[in-house]
Amino acid sequence: MLPADLKREQFSGYPPEARKLVTSDLAALQRLPLSFLPSLLREVIDYDFKFPAERKALERELANLSSLPAEETKEWFQGFAQIKISPQLEQFDWVNAPAQFVEQLSAYLWSTHQLDAFRVAALAYAERLRAAVPPEPPAIPRLGITVIGRGVTTPEEPLFQKLRPHGVYFSRVQPEKGLQQLLDAVAARAKAQPAAHGHWYIDGGQEAASDPAITCVSYHALEPARAALSSKIRVEIERPGMGPETLRTLLAEMRPADLGLDRGTDQTRSKKGDAVLDRFELKVLTEGSGTQIFSTTFAQWAAREALRRAQPLTLLVRFAPRQRQKPMNEMLSALTGAAELDPMGSLVDADFGAYYNWLNQQRLTGAEQSSFLVWFENHGEALAIGPAMPRGTESAAAADLRTVLSWMT
Amino acid sequence: MTYDMLSESKIARNLGRLAGPAASQQASSPWELARQLARSRREFLRSAAGVTLGGALLGSGIFARTGIPQRKRKVVVITFGGGARDQETFAPEGQVNIPHLMRELIPQSTFFTQVVNRGILGHYVATASLATGVYETINNFASLPPEHPTAFEYFRKDLKRPSTDAWVVAPSNGFNRIGESNHRAYGPGLGARVILPKHLLTAATSGGADYEHLLRDNYETPFYTPELGGSEFELQQLQMLLKLSVDDFKKHARTLSSPDELSVYITRQLMQQLAPSLLWITLHDIDIAHAGAYSLYIEGIRRTDRLCAELWKTIQSEPEYRSNTTLFILPDFGRDSDDDAGGNGFQHHRTGDALSRTTWMMAMGAGVQEGIVIDRPLESTDLVPSIGSILGFSAALAEGKPIAELA
Repeated sequence: MLPADLKREQFSGYPPEARKLVTSDLAALQRLPLSFLPSLLREVIDYDFKFPAERKALERELANLSSLPAEETKEWFQGFAQIKISPQLEQFDWVNAPAQFVEQLSAYLWSTHQLDAFRVAALAYAERLRAAVPPEPPAIPRLGITVIGRGVTTPEEPLFQKLRPHGVYFSRVQPEKGLQQLLDAVAARAKAQPAAHGHWYIDGGQEAASDPAITCVSYHALEPARAALSSKIRVEIERPGMGPETLRTLLAEMRPADLGLDRGTDQTRSKKGDAVLDRFELKVLTEGSGTQIFSTTFAQWAAREALRRAQPLTLLVRFAPRQRQKPMNEMLSALTGAAELDPMGSLVDADFGAYYNWLNQQRLTGAEQSSFLVWFENHGEALAIGPAMPRGTESAAAADLRTVLSWMT
Repeated sequence: MTYDMLSESKIARNLGRLAGPAASQQASSPWELARQLARSRREFLRSAAGVTLGGALLGSGIFARTGIPQRKRKVVVITFGGGARDQETFAPEGQVNIPHLMRELIPQSTFFTQVVNRGILGHYVATASLATGVYETINNFASLPPEHPTAFEYFRKDLKRPSTDAWVVAPSNGFNRIGESNHRAYGPGLGARVILPKHLLTAATSGGADYEHLLRDNYETPFYTPELGGSEFELQQLQMLLKLSVDDFKKHARTLSSPDELSVYITRQLMQQLAPSLLWITLHDIDIAHAGAYSLYIEGIRRTDRLCAELWKTIQSEPEYRSNTTLFILPDFGRDSDDDAGGNGFQHHRTGDALSRTTWMMAMGAGVQEGIVIDRPLESTDLVPSIGSILGFSAALAEGKPIAELA
């Protein structure tokens, strides 16, 4: 089937809000090439479980597509229209299974050497879209905070090497009650500028107590879900005929309830009823490579996805020691027991993860006004980046983190 | 396809939301980025390793002038561990991770700064493409042979060499079919013998705590180890061909720290006992990067750097190899750039951006000029015809061309 043949009733399997959204723009979708439309539908089908920022972006994208005259639509999508699609892909049920279609399309693009053409088309589309529908600026300047180095006394290498050229290196921060001061700062911003999923705290270990206005995700709290996932993976990889692609499809088809993440029905969980966050956590564990086994990877990937999807105004990420490397099967088994930790390796992971957190924050709107702080937990080293922070400089000021934050924002 | 082939369409979605100016630049000229990358590699090497820029055809005819008869020539190929980026290797801040390459190997090599892989960026299929000289399109995660003849088949068929003269030492079960294609004119019986050291160790030890660190499999598909098929090296041949008892093998394995160290150990045994003329070693410790832990990725680079130098020393110390061997070191491809919002930096090679496609190659030893940097673009598929020029076979079905500087 081709997009031109789309009919309203074909979306009957979509969740209610997604169905409403997609059927109101059906005429626009019928004009899109098959190499593009399923990737859009993959977003649409999850509309009911998306963060507010994602919903708004999707609505604006669809509205833009609806507003384009037919000739302009052709021009916008000429790159995608030149991508050749196999008859097998045309026959695939891409309306109801857009994610699976996209996976198969991806493999097809690689094997037919059309990936570069697709990439050019995708970038051209993204650029046009950004020009036609500029992303909205944040309500207040964004603040990112990353805490690294739990469990390490003395680093083997100087910290923050990638970030130092961009801000002020503080060598004598007063570390007492530092984490609490940071959490208080996030809570204050959440109160001053309330926004659903607008202020986040991600912990790579056991989370500290935080204000209920903050969206909190932690590696420790997800231990039962991780154990359930590892157990399912172990069972599945033993099945005859199971291969990596089948396993991936299986992971992609999982629902929060499969891993006990359905807070909506579990009244004992602290954040009941947050189906959007349930889905987010599920995807971090099932789509992120390494998030199931290394807490440092979990924290970095969860932060990346939070920034990409929820576009938070405030994001605090705290890394914790990960387990030591072992063969994959051993590490999967270790999820249920006490694993040997690698604090020094984790510090290196987290130091680089802080750089990625900053990079990903800078990809969002309002980057020029955004601020970023990274702190070596319980120690005197920190680095602050922001409009008020001179780049590539050092400070020996003895100040606590609350004061450093006040200088930044 | 799975992890590394993950959704190029997702990139389109991500780009729509996250792409900044860097992504826009990529849209206008991805291959200009490749050229810039090559130029900066040259500058890094010129300042740090004291090499000079080579002109065109510098090496033309050099091998012929060495006087080494074709029959005596040997080629060793090392694929550099699953890909590493310049910022962790050749760039000033990365050179600390590759001291052996920078100080010992590059000054003795002709270094090609721009080797472009236009094929599929999955390790098995990309290694198969390197070995055939054709961009293979086989499923990266299935136990399938390449569709085009490999260098090993050209070598053995054209030169009538025995099966003991071409060997592959490969990292994971998924590579067990790399030795020979299913091409009608070549194929079964004409390829290389394949050793999977981890498979061998598993067979010898039935796993166990002393060896678990050596048994890590394919990092692209971390939860999945493919079933073996084809004619892999069997345990009983350990003693027969490599003159290595199971007990000695187990004892030595206990002293090693990674799967690649195990591969290098087996390679040394092969060189000492059988001295194959065409030897291919695929390292992959660096590919732990897929698990997202930067420290482990760096550890992998440092280990690979050391192992490459150790193999070169072995070549220099073995009488069968010392003066008649050409060594090639090259990654199968790179890793994603930090600037590409569609990827996650060092972790994967999903985006197909210029950084992940533009890699390098080092040639050294017999018939190769020392301390030279070549900037012009090559393709990954040029390797097999170049090996053909050195060893004297014709890679008739390869898409690439012999590299003039090595011919």
